[in-house]
Amino acid sequence: MIELTRRYEFPAAHVLRHPSFSDEENRRVYGKCANPNGHGHDYGVEVTVTGPVAAKTGRIVDPELLDALFESEVRARFGHRMLNECEPFRERVPTAENIAVTIHECLAVPLSANTTARLVRVRVIETAKNSFAYGAPE
Amino acid sequence: MAQVRLTRAIEFSSSLSYRAPDLDEAESRRLFGAAANLHGHNYRLEVTLRGEPDPVTGMVLDLKELKGILEREINQRFDHRDLNRDTPFFEKTPPTPESFVQVIHQLLLAALPKGMLERTRLRQSQDLWVDVIEPESEA
Repeated sequence: MIELTRRYEFPAAHVLRHPSFSDEENRRVYGKCANPNGHGHDYGVEVTVTGPVAAKTGRIVDPELLDALFESEVRARFGHRMLNECEPFRERVPTAENIAVTIHECLAVPLSANTTARLVRVRVIETAKNSFAYGAPE
Repeated sequence: MAQVRLTRAIEFSSSLSYRAPDLDEAESRRLFGAAANLHGHNYRLEVTLRGEPDPVTGMVLDLKELKGILEREINQRFDHRDLNRDTPFFEKTPPTPESFVQVIHQLLLAALPKGMLERTRLRQSQDLWVDVIEPESEA
C-alpha cells in the first residue's frame, strides 16, 4: 500500500463553548479554551491520500491539484477566520477533533470527483504538543 | 514475545528532473511544470522495521547492520547522484516521490531479513512525504 501526505497550515481563531451549557459549565468543561473572546492557533493539517500510481506520470495525485483543493475547500473557508462563525462550527464545537472531521468531510468528495486518489486520513496539529487524526488508522 | 517497531532515518541529496522517454519536452512541461527542469532535493528516509527482540541481545536488528544496509543500498546509489542519469530506475517513469519510494522499498525488501520491513517513508520536504506500507505476513 502506498500513501502520500502533504502538510498545510492555516491560522484561525476559535472559542470552545457549547451553546446549551451555562458559562460555568463551559468553563468547567473547556477551561481557558472557553474564554469568551476566543484565541487562535496556526493549525497544521496533514492530508494523506492513496490510489493507483499513474504509469505515465508516476503520481498518485498532482500535488498542485491537491494544493488547489485544500485552498478552495479548507483555507478559503477557515483561514484567518473565527471558526465559530463559519459553517459547520455554528452548531459544532470547533475542537481540533471536530476540525479534523470537518476537513475530512470538505476534502473527501472533491478529491474523489477530480482525481483517481481517495482520502485516507486528516491529521490536525493544533500545537506542537497536540494532534488529532480522523480516518483510517496508521 | 511482543513485536517492537524500530525506525532509523538517513538523509541524502540527489538531483533529478521529471522526464520519461515517452514524454516529450512540451508534455513534460505541461504535466510537471518547473519539476521538468533539473533540480534537487534533500531527501529524508525513515525505515520502520518490526520484529521480536532477540531474547539474548534484546535487539530486533543490530543497528550497525541496518546502518550498513542503508549505506550500501541507498546512500551509495543515490546520495550526491543524479536520479535520471546515474541510476537505472527512472528510464521509464519520472522520479516522483511515489516512484522513488517504491524503488527504495524494493531494494530494502531484498536486503533486509524477510518479514522485517514494515514501512518506508520518503520525505521530499517537510511538507510532502510518501509511505509504502508492507502488509503483515501470515506466517
